Amino acid sequence: MTDTVQAQATRDAYGQALVELGGKNKKIVVLDADLSKSTKTVKFAQKFPERFFNMGVAEADMMGTAAGFAASGYIPFASTFAVFATGRAYDQIRNSIAYPALRVRIAATHAGLTVGEDGASHQALEDIALMRVLPNMEVVVPADGRETVKVMAAALKTVRGPLYIRLGRPKVPMVTAEDTPFELGRGEILRDGSDVTIIACGIMVAQALEAADLLVKRGVRARVVNMASIKPLDEDLVVTCARDTGALVTAEEHSIIGGLGGAVAECLAGRYPVPVLRVGVKDTFGESGPPGQLLQKYGLSPRDLADAVGQALALKEKFK
Amino acid sequence: MPNIAELKEVALSLRRDIIKMTCAAGSGHPGGSLSVADILVVLFFREMRINPDMPGAPDRDRFVLSKGHAAPALYAVLAARGFFRRKLLDTLRTLGSPLQGHPDMRKLPGVEISTGSLGQGLSVANGMALAARLSKSRTRVYTVLGDGEMQEGQVWEAAMTAAHYRLDNLTAFVDNNGLQIDGTTDQVMGVEPIGDKWRSFGWHVLEVDGHDLEAIAGALDEAREVRGKPVMIVAHTVKGKGVCFMEGQADWHGSAPSPQERDEALKELEGKKEGQ
Repeated sequence: MTDTVQAQATRDAYGQALVELGGKNKKIVVLDADLSKSTKTVKFAQKFPERFFNMGVAEADMMGTAAGFAASGYIPFASTFAVFATGRAYDQIRNSIAYPALRVRIAATHAGLTVGEDGASHQALEDIALMRVLPNMEVVVPADGRETVKVMAAALKTVRGPLYIRLGRPKVPMVTAEDTPFELGRGEILRDGSDVTIIACGIMVAQALEAADLLVKRGVRARVVNMASIKPLDEDLVVTCARDTGALVTAEEHSIIGGLGGAVAECLAGRYPVPVLRVGVKDTFGESGPPGQLLQKYGLSPRDLADAVGQALALKEKFK
Repeated sequence: MPNIAELKEVALSLRRDIIKMTCAAGSGHPGGSLSVADILVVLFFREMRINPDMPGAPDRDRFVLSKGHAAPALYAVLAARGFFRRKLLDTLRTLGSPLQGHPDMRKLPGVEISTGSLGQGLSVANGMALAARLSKSRTRVYTVLGDGEMQEGQVWEAAMTAAHYRLDNLTAFVDNNGLQIDGTTDQVMGVEPIGDKWRSFGWHVLEVDGHDLEAIAGALDEAREVRGKPVMIVAHTVKGKGVCFMEGQADWHGSAPSPQERDEALKELEGKKEGQ
């Protein structure tokens, strides 16, 4: 299932998808805040210069301008690093985009620790939480390049309101299949198991699959769910997993507060309470370093996931 | 097109509506609504190509009230122009009313974008102007900023954008009434020299008496002829204009008149009508 031969950064898939979709849909416009080479919107800029708007280092203005495009019937994709897209322009997103429910696509790259050497100032670990709490805003974290392409198609066809797409800097293995559709509000079971469920998003899906392999050696059969759609959350699938496996572990390259783990815990607290262990960054800022080493240091490795599964199983036993 | 005398009548009736609405609501922003009333009358009754029967017509001109707290003035002018029943004005700020404390585009026809958090309207207006250009539409975009609002950094980001993209289909006003919540703009955070600031940002700047309907109309005529630059019309206004006890008083930024004050204000606004 895991295609480890192919690997692609989700930002690269985004850049390519923009060019492809831009050729078909003339209503697409792209805005960037002086990071087009990094966010990969530069490809769209080269192909469709009349529909690309570099807004300079001015994220707040970029979001407002995107709102103006959307209010005029265009489908703007606004891109910059996740930390600036969500933090720097939060009130603009809240009041000029989410409140009026405008069809702006905020495609934010360089999310999470795997920004790497640029360090904490550039590592968004709170962006999912910030976006998820806004009414009308929907939040998607694709697991790989393939899924990014599908999310982009959905962003044009099915999603009518504002959408936050969280993308990464490093290459990630292809973990989703070519033929499975992406649907907002639907998670996907990538690997079945009956003892515990790991619900992951983004780069942590690949880590979760590796963890599941480790767990087999420990005699634990873990179900792995790719929950790219964080809002709306696939609540029914979450409840089904809670019922089937009795314990959950969430995995995200984000703070353990307010992200995927928060969403899953909120859902289950009201519908089917079972132990939920949240793997993520533990309420701290990141630092400079190679992405792989950062994931190790901050507890986001497959081994950390496997250990969390052990804790979840112990709790499950305790509450039996 | 209504003549200036007729526009004056409309402006007076707008002012009466603003007083009645904010009094009925028991809250709201009469001062800055009264200062911007004349600008809105000229825009909505003379300048803009809009059709209340087709509020979503693709090629319509667009208006963005960046100083969203002047919502009572916007609502009054939209009602006067026929976008909705005048009776709705009585519901300002009440539960379930489409007349929210600050404009909500999803609740009220004629509101092109929800505003209220200051500093954001010019960016949105820029987006609309860029979109109009891309669509080869003859849409023109208008926006009004407050003078205190210019303290928001985003305004200057947007000022750069409009000039960089040579948005000559965009005309902005500053409702320069010199007052903000905590006092005069000079005391709180100086914004002068306003005209020079915008000129240095690459805008074509005009200055008018913001209560002289003919002058406002003339400035808009001139703005339409400017090529390659956005136009900023610095409108010198008086906060609370038309109601003597409100004029020039910062305290009337965000407090509503009592029924007694309302009656006093209405008497004055009626009086001016008779005096013409």
